[in-house]
Amino acid sequence: MSILVNKNTRVVVQGITGKEGTFHAKQCIEYGTNIVAGVTPGKGGTLWEGKIPVYNTVQEAVEKEGVNAALIFVPPAFAADAIAEAADAGCEVIVAITEGIPVIDMMKVKRAIREKNVRLIGPNCPGVITPGECKMGIMPGYIFSRGPVGVISRSGTLTYEAVWQCTTRGIGQSTCIGIGGDPIVGSTFVDLLKLFNEDDETELVVLIGEIGGTAEEEAAEYIKREFKKPVVAFIAGRTAPPGRRMGHAGAIIAGGKGTAAEKMKALKEAGVHVVESPAEIGETVARVLGKK
Amino acid sequence: MKVHEYQAKELFKQYGIPVPRGGVAETPEEAKRIAEELGGNLFVVKAQVHAGGRGKAGGVKLARSVEEVYEVAKNMIGMKLVTHQTGPEGKLVRKVLVEEGLNIEKELYMGMVIDRSTERPVLMVSAEGGVEIEEVAARSPEKILKAYIDPALGIVPFYARKLAYGLGLTGDLVKKAIEFMMALYRLFIEKDASLAEINPLVITKEGNLIALDAKLNFDDNALYRHPEIAELRDIYEEDPLEVEASKYDLNYIKLDGTIGCMVNGAGLAMATMDIIKLYGGEPANFLDVGGAASSESVKNAFRILMSDPAVKAVFINIFGGIVRCDRVAEGIINAAKELEVKVPMVIRLEGTNRDVAMDMLKNSELKFILADSMADGAEKAVKAARGEI
Repeated sequence: MSILVNKNTRVVVQGITGKEGTFHAKQCIEYGTNIVAGVTPGKGGTLWEGKIPVYNTVQEAVEKEGVNAALIFVPPAFAADAIAEAADAGCEVIVAITEGIPVIDMMKVKRAIREKNVRLIGPNCPGVITPGECKMGIMPGYIFSRGPVGVISRSGTLTYEAVWQCTTRGIGQSTCIGIGGDPIVGSTFVDLLKLFNEDDETELVVLIGEIGGTAEEEAAEYIKREFKKPVVAFIAGRTAPPGRRMGHAGAIIAGGKGTAAEKMKALKEAGVHVVESPAEIGETVARVLGKK
Repeated sequence: MKVHEYQAKELFKQYGIPVPRGGVAETPEEAKRIAEELGGNLFVVKAQVHAGGRGKAGGVKLARSVEEVYEVAKNMIGMKLVTHQTGPEGKLVRKVLVEEGLNIEKELYMGMVIDRSTERPVLMVSAEGGVEIEEVAARSPEKILKAYIDPALGIVPFYARKLAYGLGLTGDLVKKAIEFMMALYRLFIEKDASLAEINPLVITKEGNLIALDAKLNFDDNALYRHPEIAELRDIYEEDPLEVEASKYDLNYIKLDGTIGCMVNGAGLAMATMDIIKLYGGEPANFLDVGGAASSESVKNAFRILMSDPAVKAVFINIFGGIVRCDRVAEGIINAAKELEVKVPMVIRLEGTNRDVAMDMLKNSELKFILADSMADGAEKAVKAARGEI
């Protein structure tokens, strides 16, 4: 098994005719993802790349192509609208890649989709991949291999780093999720840990956090209380100065809160294998899996 | 984005939030003229810099005559104000805000942020105004009252009523406080603020509620829909290298160390700083050249790093995923040649076509120091910065 996406996932790409959308949709198809429709308002009725039908609304894509997941590449000013549309049309998994969505937009849209049966990933994230089955995102597919490790991360390239350290040691992944670097994201560490807890294939989870907010502390509480599997964690930003936004909109130590030290302490107390160096993620995973 | 107190107070006025009468001055003459127009015999002169702790640092002074306003303004404009938030180099005061003095009965605190955990706007008040709110939060958190506002509902009066009564206000002040909070909420949401803080919020002897101080930060991601807010940016308050980097769309933050970092992706960039520190070095900056690490962004990144005289070595740590490592290597070689980079360059590339890329770097006439892992790169960069390799 795996979580969120698999070979049966039928994907619509919102913003498929844009530069980013086109580039990454092609890469996803090459990987084997079932991209069955695109949405660009005003371009309905055309074929993207001469093969994939484009619709004006997500609703049409759901009705005509049976899509159940949406991958969003629309610009930040229209992204919250696109998320709400995908949720309204009944997509169960929505992955928002877009960086730069105003936080108040995210706050409102997340509140609005609360009652729906939907799992939003992102925004400002690399997406989700179940190796060998479905890549919904912008990550380089070849670095992943199939296996027992689940990955949840607030970062993009740092996730690739961690995954590569595992893959080159012959340790594959069940599903990897970049949850995004914004202050408000669709799914938190806790939301996804709950899914991994129930997934038979996943034997260990790598959690990559960073400064800002309290999502890692909340994850630590959950892990201590209910999580059945070992967790290896790294927290980026130990050397980050307070009060400065480190690239990601959510990576900021504000009012003395959200430091790497606090997060590492909470995770250690929950029994998590916290690594000091980002270069030690792969070897720690190997060691912990070997012990089992 | 941060704005000055006087700019925040202008926005407050637009939303009907009471602030002291006053005006902003760039010269002592202007300051004097503002005081003359205000009248009375008690004035406050406040340095306008983007930093807290101005009062303790001598950036807020009382004056009892227009002549004294002139003298105070003369001393303040052009001074380097050093507060606990500015760093030891301080901040140059270019403008002062001259305001009427008030008869203060009591000092309160009010603030608003988006709470990340509940994903709601939270309005906070405290009867302990005028002091650092973090101190109050640490010492007696129960003295900070909070209302988590449902974003779908917006600020209905009960939230404000709860806080106003919680502060122990009575009579007319309750009504004034509710109006104040509802206006602040509207401003916050309509203008996409990320932080609002009024410390102190004062009750005057005449029974008015006035924002004596005003701090507003705005969501950078929302500035596209608020050109009037974007205009308030004061680049003099920012590090010149950071301003330069922002022109190239690079995420750059200047730090105090000697190892310049060039990394793709914010998380990996932070992790690179961390690992440098683990090996005993100090990063000179945070720099994210973007996930794709295009040759243009690599060149611009070199420009920024080379403008920092403290940089003794550069550590380039790129994970080439969608973008191939050989392309990145090509960009690095061209930029390093064109810009005649003088300091040692430690390079670690990982991902697609890594081996081809490493050969390209090895065979170029430039003396790159190649690393085969992140840890190896960090170790070599630390040694290079010390002149040991």
